[in-house]
Amino acid sequence: MAYRLGVDVGGTFTDLLLLEEESGSFWRHKTPSTPADSSVGILNGVTAICEKAGITPADIETFLHGTTVATNAVLEGKGARVGLIVTRGYRQIMQIARSFVPGGLAGWIIWPKPEPLAALLDTFEIQGRLDARGNEIEAIDDADIRAQLEKLKAQGVEALTVSLMNAYLNGAHEKRVAELAAEIMPDIPVSLSHEVLPEMQEYERTLTTVANAAVRPVVGRYVRNLRSKLRESGMAGRLSLLRSDGGLMSSEMSEQHPVSLLMSGPAGGVTGALWVGKNAGIKNILTLDVGGTSTDVALIENLEARRVRTTEVGHLAVRASALDVKTVGAGGGSIAYVPELTKALRVGPQSAGAVPGPVAYGKGGTLPTVTDANVVLGYLPEALLGGTFKLDREGSIAAVQTIADALGIGLYEAARGIIDIVNENMFGALRMISVQQGYDPRDFALMGFGGAGPLHVNAVARLMGSWPAVSPVSPGVLCALGDATTRTRTETARSFSKRFVETNEAEVIAILEEMRAQVEKQLTDDGIPASEITAQFEIDVRYEGQAFEVPLSIDPETLRRDGLAGVEARFDEEHHRLFTFNMESPHELVNLRAVAMGATLDLPAADLPVGDGDPAQAKIRDHQIWLDGDFRPGAIYDRAKLEQGDVIPGPAIVIEMDSTTLIEGGCVATVDRVGNILINPAA
Amino acid sequence: MPAQIIETHPAPFASKPIDPVTLEVIENALRNARVEMDATLVRTAMSPGIREQGDAFPLIADHKGRMIVGQFGSFIGGFLAGYEGTIEEGDMFMMSDPYSVEGAISHSNDWMVLLPVYREGRLLAFTAMFGHQSDIGGKVAGSMPIDAHSIFEEGVRIPPVKIYSKGVYNADLVRLIMHQSRKADWCKADLNALIASCRVAARRIEEMAVRFGEDVYVSATEELLARNYRAMKHLISTSIGEAPVSFEDFICDDGMGFGPYRIKCSMWREGETVILDFDGTDPQSPAAINFFLNENMFKMFFGIYMIMVFDPQILFNDGFYDLIEVRIPKGSLLKPNYPAALSGRTHALGRIFDILGGLLGQKTPEFLNAAGFSSSPHLFYSGVDGEGQWFQLFQIGFGGIPGRPMGDGPDGHSLWPGFTNVPNEFLERYFPLVIERYETAPDSGGAGLHRGGNGIHMTYRFTEPGTIAIHDDRWFTKPWGVNGGKPGARARKILEKADGTQTIVGNKLENMAVEAGDMLHFITWGGGGWGDPLQRDPALVAKEVAQGLVTVEGARAYGVVIVDGAVDDAATAMLRTEMTSPDPLPLFDHGGSIEELRATCEAETGLPAPQQPVWRHLAVAAE
Repeated sequence: MAYRLGVDVGGTFTDLLLLEEESGSFWRHKTPSTPADSSVGILNGVTAICEKAGITPADIETFLHGTTVATNAVLEGKGARVGLIVTRGYRQIMQIARSFVPGGLAGWIIWPKPEPLAALLDTFEIQGRLDARGNEIEAIDDADIRAQLEKLKAQGVEALTVSLMNAYLNGAHEKRVAELAAEIMPDIPVSLSHEVLPEMQEYERTLTTVANAAVRPVVGRYVRNLRSKLRESGMAGRLSLLRSDGGLMSSEMSEQHPVSLLMSGPAGGVTGALWVGKNAGIKNILTLDVGGTSTDVALIENLEARRVRTTEVGHLAVRASALDVKTVGAGGGSIAYVPELTKALRVGPQSAGAVPGPVAYGKGGTLPTVTDANVVLGYLPEALLGGTFKLDREGSIAAVQTIADALGIGLYEAARGIIDIVNENMFGALRMISVQQGYDPRDFALMGFGGAGPLHVNAVARLMGSWPAVSPVSPGVLCALGDATTRTRTETARSFSKRFVETNEAEVIAILEEMRAQVEKQLTDDGIPASEITAQFEIDVRYEGQAFEVPLSIDPETLRRDGLAGVEARFDEEHHRLFTFNMESPHELVNLRAVAMGATLDLPAADLPVGDGDPAQAKIRDHQIWLDGDFRPGAIYDRAKLEQGDVIPGPAIVIEMDSTTLIEGGCVATVDRVGNILINPAA
Repeated sequence: MPAQIIETHPAPFASKPIDPVTLEVIENALRNARVEMDATLVRTAMSPGIREQGDAFPLIADHKGRMIVGQFGSFIGGFLAGYEGTIEEGDMFMMSDPYSVEGAISHSNDWMVLLPVYREGRLLAFTAMFGHQSDIGGKVAGSMPIDAHSIFEEGVRIPPVKIYSKGVYNADLVRLIMHQSRKADWCKADLNALIASCRVAARRIEEMAVRFGEDVYVSATEELLARNYRAMKHLISTSIGEAPVSFEDFICDDGMGFGPYRIKCSMWREGETVILDFDGTDPQSPAAINFFLNENMFKMFFGIYMIMVFDPQILFNDGFYDLIEVRIPKGSLLKPNYPAALSGRTHALGRIFDILGGLLGQKTPEFLNAAGFSSSPHLFYSGVDGEGQWFQLFQIGFGGIPGRPMGDGPDGHSLWPGFTNVPNEFLERYFPLVIERYETAPDSGGAGLHRGGNGIHMTYRFTEPGTIAIHDDRWFTKPWGVNGGKPGARARKILEKADGTQTIVGNKLENMAVEAGDMLHFITWGGGGWGDPLQRDPALVAKEVAQGLVTVEGARAYGVVIVDGAVDDAATAMLRTEMTSPDPLPLFDHGGSIEELRATCEAETGLPAPQQPVWRHLAVAAE
């Protein structure tokens, strides 16, 4: 039998989900992460989950992995030391960046000055210049290039990036630098901007290329180390990594293009939600992934997750495709406080994190957090993680009492206030990806996952009008599930920048076909049979002069049939949906992309035993839950014992190994065929 | 006669008790609505000034016109007082004339859209957005002639007019307005964007009204205003003294050879009220550098500077206005008489922030930053290209952020919120020019324990003949340093011909012809330094020399001697001893008095010193 193993490494826990491809049976496991060397935790998990399933690592055919190794390298400044070659006059391109200072009027007073990702000391200029059509207006000079490369070599850089003005149109100068670099510094990997990101905008192109170069050695070391450990354990199967855009790529390819991994972590949850949605028959989903310090949200329409062209990591906006995941600093560890001056109740973005964590965890935390409020209100029963870990309810009460006192309100009102505010922050993020993009949230279900998502999903669904509120099977390891169930994907992009009247279908199709051959080859090189590959084109369109492009996906056949006129019409429709108006201005084709994807998995999901609608067999005990201004009688259920068709009236709590689902009063939950809990307002 | 607000159901809103959670939730929703306004605008606007640089500002006000969310304070009170007509459901207003809104719009390039939001027959709120239009006609491309003598030379003036009247669009009116612009296509798109942005915010307010009820929504906004009032009252009583403090700074010149123009502000507290008095500010200029400063806008600036440090999450609003009294002499540079030209107001607008910093910083060290908020330097380049197409570029430059209590000022960044530079590849793709250099000017940041940020040295090579105009300031007076920090370098502009000959050109000039192949070096000011430069770590100075941010010569301002790229410890110790003054470090270092600056101007800047302005109507200012 064939097994797929999804592994998601988070800050605190490493989640594993093992899937048997024919029956859809699965096993899950959670083990502490080992930040010094993640592979230790992963291998611990692999051993444990194989034991649970009664297999050996050799039975695992595919190992699929979402990782934050690239993200952390950027955020913590632990990437490689990158040397940068730029056009004369542009040495400070990373220093000046886009001149943007965040924070509103007077925000500059308190904004810390950032350090560029490629140090100014490691940035050198060369002569030679291309114009905005890609024509050479000044030649490069080998002697000059050699001299600069020698200086860089002396600096001791670990990677080299070349990013020259207008190189997105013509890579000849960059290529020559790479040739000379191969002679002068043969052991240093070289990234060229026109290869990593052949798009206009010198700062973004340079930053993306530098980011790629900076994380490459880190990711390479990580992947090679993990691969060898897995091989030692006997796993001979494929190792793939989850890209920011929710597709998979081979570990070998990820070593070349690690910038595609920057949102690998959050992408897992979204692909997991896609899988759940498919099995639950829900096509439009808003995702709510609530972690300790932050919440990630995304929009899935008709079982397709929205993508964006920019990946935001810390203060850097790197140009690489990613799922459109918005993050807010609101999670279980978010700290509640009352500023002296305004006496407002604020929650987050400061977080107690994993250490010291919420007061309830008893690890030294003293400040009231969202988790503490959940404990006070009875939403989180005293035992987490299958009973091995007791929550300190008294501690939580004392901490939340400080908020109540500062505001002059009752303990439970303060606790509920904290929850309402954090829910509101999540609501705000969800609005950004739905209402603001012209979607009506009432057409979507809301799926809550991550450790705390199912605690908040009911309340946030009420704010959004997004029903049902879904607590998916295994909400705590949904990312790992996503890793295990998504498909291979790759893409390439190119700037085009022409008005529709200046081009025609033939020209556009010819370029796209060339790009398609390129991406398809990448997949066949990775061992994917040509027969399984599907290709998709994407065209970014805008009214000429706008800053904002609308990415339109189109399959090659439709493009041939409807031509550019069809693209134009779709753009107008999309623009109208987004902004409520159209213009007479000419349309411009900004960027072209070709995407190649491997086969979609057609995995079955395992059915639960059929129940009689009464969840009595799963009931643990009665419980008091604070809702609508008072404690209400409710019950606690064991999720593992629920059967399909069970109907749970709110208020109720459903607990499992790593997550807790809250069903509010006035709502009713049903358990579907595969075990998802679907919450709806009571009729 | 003030505006007549028509409501079919004019019942007053009932006051409801608001719990802190509902208040926070509504505050959050308002904050989100404002972010959404910005996002909508930037994504749909077309002029690079708005879409790339973000020169636009949103406002959400309550039904009385008081700002609940926004940046520059509400102008709606002025609009309501001056508009002679009705405000009805389905109306949407557009305006740009500063004299019609008490200066809340400060020059005619800023087009404002105002949308009264009705619900159930009652006026519930206003939403508004303004954005800088790249061209509104008038005598020069870009519509900001520095040599204008009246506002009539500065393009189309739009008093408050209805572009929608009870839901009916006035296409003829908009066509008439657009007809005045050299870049009607941009203006049309930008106007659409302003409208879309106001509508988005209006929808959000309607949703809040549905969710919470109108009474709760209005009561919550009242409480938000009251909260700011209480917070500011506390701050004022604890940090503003009853003894007056004063600070003055200057606009270098008026572009006509006269200057500098003094702006002076004094501050003191009387009871719980702060008085901000601009008495001593010079009379208005006959040219375009006048800044019609709206009192409420200045209150807002003041409040933001005060509150920022204590609760950065707070939503700034109008609630504290009653605690502040702003006095601006009529006929002065900051309250010019109609029809004075106003288009070049950016310099005084920027300078206001340096003045505010200096004023507050004298007594409250946590606010004391060096100078740097000089102005928004502008470049205009227009003409007809080889294919007969009209091109027109308006670009806003950035400079050095001052040395701050928290550390060095970033190099080549924007002090205005939300502004970004335009990618040079974009400029080269859409305009006939090549950007030969885009870096910061070494040593331009003032020396200090915390170095001021460097200004930008940007070199344009024009590939088509055309006309340029430059608007910049801080070329004559210096961005001052504080707490012993040195002033930053001044702005400079150099025109270099294809044969290499260089000419220093003025920092305020109009209608200068350029030829294909000419290069313009556009060099902006550096931020002032903060703290004693002799205290700066010599290793850091050496590093910045290697980085090209400071030169070997510039390092001497820190008392650091660099030899072959390394610190010469002995020579450095000696130089630092030599430079150490027995006197206490000055709080402000302006780099010389106006008289001293005049004396050295030509030698140091290559430009003659401006002449002392002479006012014919001094009596007006004294009124």
